[in-house]
Amino acid sequence: MPNVIYILLIPILPFAAFLLLGLFGRKYIKNGAGIIGTLCMLIAAALALYIAYGYFFDYGKLDGVYRKIIPLKYNWLEFSPGISIDMGIVLDPISVMMLVVVTFISLMVHIYSLGYIKGEERFPTYYAFLGLFTFSMLGLVISTNIFQMYFFWELVGVSSFLLIGYYYDKPSAVAACKKAFIVTRFADLGFLIGILVLSYYGGTLDFNELIQRLASPESNEFKTAIASSFLGLSAITWGTVLVFIGGAGKSAMFPLHIWLPDAMEGPTPVSALIHAATMVVAGVFLVARLFPVFAISAPEALNLVGYVGAVSALFAAVIACTQTDIKRVLAYSTMSQIGYMMFALGVSGYGGEEGLGYTASMFHLFTHAMFKALLFLGAGAVIHYVHSNDMKDMGGLRKFMPVTHITFLIACLAIAGVPPFAGFFSKEEILLAAYQHNTSIYWIALITSGLTAFYMFRLYFNIFWNKEHHAHGEHHGEGGFVMMMPLILLAIGAAGAGFIHFGEFVSSDGAPLASVFHLQFSIAPVALGFAGILVAWILYKKQNDKPDKIAASVKSLYIAAYHKFYIDELYLFITKKILFNLIGRPVAWIDRHIVDGLMNAIGDLTRGIAELIKGFQSGKVQQYALYFLCGAVGLLLLFIYIWH
Amino acid sequence: MNLTYLILLPLFTAALVLLARNASQVKVISLLGSVAQLILSVGLYVAYRKEMVAGNTAQMFFEADYKWFPAWNIGFHIGVDGISVAMILLTAFVVVAGVLVSWNVSKMTKEFYFLLILLSLGAYGFFISLDLFVLFFFLEIAVIPKYLLIGVWGSGKKEYSANKLALMLMGGSALVLVGLLGLYFSYAGHSFDLMKLSSIHIPIQIQKICFPLLFVGFGVFTAIFPFHTWVPDGHSSAPTAGSMFLAGISMKLGGYGCLRVATFLMPDAAKEYATIIIILSSIAIIYGAFATMMQKDLKYINAYSSVSHCGFVLLGIGMLTQTALTGAVMQMVSHGLMTALFFAVIGMIYERTHTRMVQEMGGLLKVMPFIATTLFIVGLCSLGLPGLSGFVAEMTIFVGSWSHPDNFHRIATIIACMSIVVTAVYILRAIGQTAMGPLKEEYSTLTDAKWNEKAAVIVLLAGILAIGIAPGWLNDLVRPATEIITQKIGAVK
Repeated sequence: MPNVIYILLIPILPFAAFLLLGLFGRKYIKNGAGIIGTLCMLIAAALALYIAYGYFFDYGKLDGVYRKIIPLKYNWLEFSPGISIDMGIVLDPISVMMLVVVTFISLMVHIYSLGYIKGEERFPTYYAFLGLFTFSMLGLVISTNIFQMYFFWELVGVSSFLLIGYYYDKPSAVAACKKAFIVTRFADLGFLIGILVLSYYGGTLDFNELIQRLASPESNEFKTAIASSFLGLSAITWGTVLVFIGGAGKSAMFPLHIWLPDAMEGPTPVSALIHAATMVVAGVFLVARLFPVFAISAPEALNLVGYVGAVSALFAAVIACTQTDIKRVLAYSTMSQIGYMMFALGVSGYGGEEGLGYTASMFHLFTHAMFKALLFLGAGAVIHYVHSNDMKDMGGLRKFMPVTHITFLIACLAIAGVPPFAGFFSKEEILLAAYQHNTSIYWIALITSGLTAFYMFRLYFNIFWNKEHHAHGEHHGEGGFVMMMPLILLAIGAAGAGFIHFGEFVSSDGAPLASVFHLQFSIAPVALGFAGILVAWILYKKQNDKPDKIAASVKSLYIAAYHKFYIDELYLFITKKILFNLIGRPVAWIDRHIVDGLMNAIGDLTRGIAELIKGFQSGKVQQYALYFLCGAVGLLLLFIYIWH
Repeated sequence: MNLTYLILLPLFTAALVLLARNASQVKVISLLGSVAQLILSVGLYVAYRKEMVAGNTAQMFFEADYKWFPAWNIGFHIGVDGISVAMILLTAFVVVAGVLVSWNVSKMTKEFYFLLILLSLGAYGFFISLDLFVLFFFLEIAVIPKYLLIGVWGSGKKEYSANKLALMLMGGSALVLVGLLGLYFSYAGHSFDLMKLSSIHIPIQIQKICFPLLFVGFGVFTAIFPFHTWVPDGHSSAPTAGSMFLAGISMKLGGYGCLRVATFLMPDAAKEYATIIIILSSIAIIYGAFATMMQKDLKYINAYSSVSHCGFVLLGIGMLTQTALTGAVMQMVSHGLMTALFFAVIGMIYERTHTRMVQEMGGLLKVMPFIATTLFIVGLCSLGLPGLSGFVAEMTIFVGSWSHPDNFHRIATIIACMSIVVTAVYILRAIGQTAMGPLKEEYSTLTDAKWNEKAAVIVLLAGILAIGIAPGWLNDLVRPATEIITQKIGAVK
């Protein structure tokens, strides 16, 4: 068993860096900030590797099955007996894998940023935010309790907000960070209500107990929850669907994806870490964490996961083919790849061979983290070099940035699914799982993989080939060693990660799953991948007018895709027209004029009556005598009337 | 521990303030007095905790009963339970911060600080009273200084606001008084004593009349819909410390009264009227949030958001489950600290930019990083970010509310949950337009926070973080007290 302190240090170290740099960075440790943050991450990454090694090869297995180890659990807030938020650590295959992924990618980004962000005024703040994000993400993956996960879920959301808005004086960055936060918050509303539903029926917030109770048809909680239905769906289905909405928001699934492309306003290393490799896969991780509940008790919800994933994968791939901002292409590609992970879960069953989709999804998450982080960091180097995000300003860069070129090419081959790069293996497994369980999703996935190869190589050729680049003025080269080293390390990962027998370590029920590999099955996707690359080669290797001609021939589709199918406009309409103009404005008006008007009216009425009767107290004896006389006569008349 | 110190110390401080010879003496005396009070309050918490750990199960700790008007059975009966201790701690934190923030008040400094201390005296007395007459007495002490604080030191249409606030709160007090008299006469042999009244079953007919009177009466203080309209005007015209006290302390008097007097003494009626309370508070939550979205003045933003956040308090009370009631108390503490900090920051910004209109600002993070960062933190607390106090309180209320399985309670809870999205919208709008964005030329020479402002921020932030990071202590403090209330409610047939 590992010493709990070692595990605890993994999230604590980045948090310590956050506190130190956040509180004292500005004044006292301006230049050392990057080193401090990086050192903390280095130790954390080393510890994570140590824990992972121990877990997978030493103490993790019990009777041949990877078990859940909970070395720490602390009752943080008790709502009522049985229902409490516990802060704890869980070690199981997916959390340990995520510990490695998060710390490794974060370390790469920390190192890379030493060169990329150097010299900026808010250098310490940047590293503080990176620390905060890494801490929150690590806290999220080791959650033992669904509310603990929500806790860190919100924290990663806010770190993402802070980092997107890092260039806070740029209006577009401010708009983007607000949008990212609000859209994911809206999705989190679903997560929150989902937690309430599940915890009500499960009688607990603990993941383990929740899964035990809600995913075993014998338990009483399961029976009650299945029996209570709303609109024809059981309580568990509602709970899981709502939780999935939260996951879809964070993972930028259609139609909650609109924040992700805008989030590219943040510094590029941040996009690599948060909006490609780690935070955006939190939704996939969430579904994986609750997977037994989805698979056993809520098949409808799991189906939804599958279709949302598949639609997102295709939808984003189509848009990615038309974008010219290289970071946006990568953002849509991220969305598309996460779609793969999602539908892989959606087509998976629980346990044994049926659970292939689960393994494949986690495998793809792992390999994707490598090659997508690499793509973003490579794009960062390119942007650093040409000072523009737009493809039109690039071309022919292969001679000027050889390291970036080669590593970027490796990443492109990996994501396109070319053997033997990492993406090939994980994507193959996903396609196989889809083929076995849901053919319509399989076809969507197949088409998407062709598109993926095309748009990635469109990007690649546009940056590194196409027109000739004319080095004008002096250039600062590719960026120093600190920027190149992460690229090379990640390239090694992107090239070799596929050879890991992932099923040995990660499977839906913990029991090792033998890797399956069918040569004849791989032919179709690989051929499609090469076709995509070939088309990109013909269209973009050299400058020509074919792309424009093709775009013109499918004009309406091209324009719709270029405008991201107008989803942003739809949201804008909903928020501006409906929320602000139809609800907010009338409410504010009613409050000032009707509700408050009523209060003022009461005040005015009181004053009015007072004005009316204040004359009675005039102090004039004659007047009083007159009132007295009138009153007496009135009373006299009244008495006579009554007695008569 | 003798609770009378809690009111003797502010009394002593107030007397010293009156005797002080110049403004700086006034400030130093007030600061020392309020810090001493804070230490005393923390001491009270420690003493309370000790008793609790020792296994004391009494409902009220440190009780004392002095004769006052024996002929009318009015006694100076004091004592505290977990709820009161939490509220006293809140008051002590807010008062220290308020005193610090007002360091620059140059107009009639002595009178200003005297009124601040007097207001805090009223609040402390209110929270320890176990005799309803005494409680009412302190409630009124806490109202009158506010009128003067706004009327004399306020800004904008201050006369209108001061009048409106005083009249509406007085109206609320009048309802409370009538309700209290009803309770007084319902007890055989007439009594205002809270403990005595809680030991009998008040006839249902009397409950049905007195409960609405008391709940609405106290509710006006805590911005119950539709009697919340004094909040925006009152806050926006008040001086910074005035707003802080108003939102941080006064609004809590109402919530405390609703819980301690109305709900605790009349559980039958509470159950009867719970539906109405839930409807009104749900309206306040979502309506307040949408109204906030359209505001342009920072103080209006925070005032309307207070309406929304105080709706959570009333919602928690209306749910009548132990967890929800605990959440309501937590929300009072959390909102008190958070909104006081929010007003403090707004005051600091206003002093520098001379505007509170969000669209006239921008990029303040560049010139005043400390103040702008505080604005970020307090905004995030307001939208319920984990690690800060708002999250803990709101989640406790949500979980407590959700334990009702019927659709009515479910819908109310979902409406309340929805407000966290709207809150995010208005908070990010406010922060985005003030702290972020390009810096305006005319603001490029502004300076960051001074020592007193930093100290005030740190005091309040300490409270917010203490709840947000380790909420266990507050939960343990409040739960036994709310358990007694829920037991009474549970006993209702």
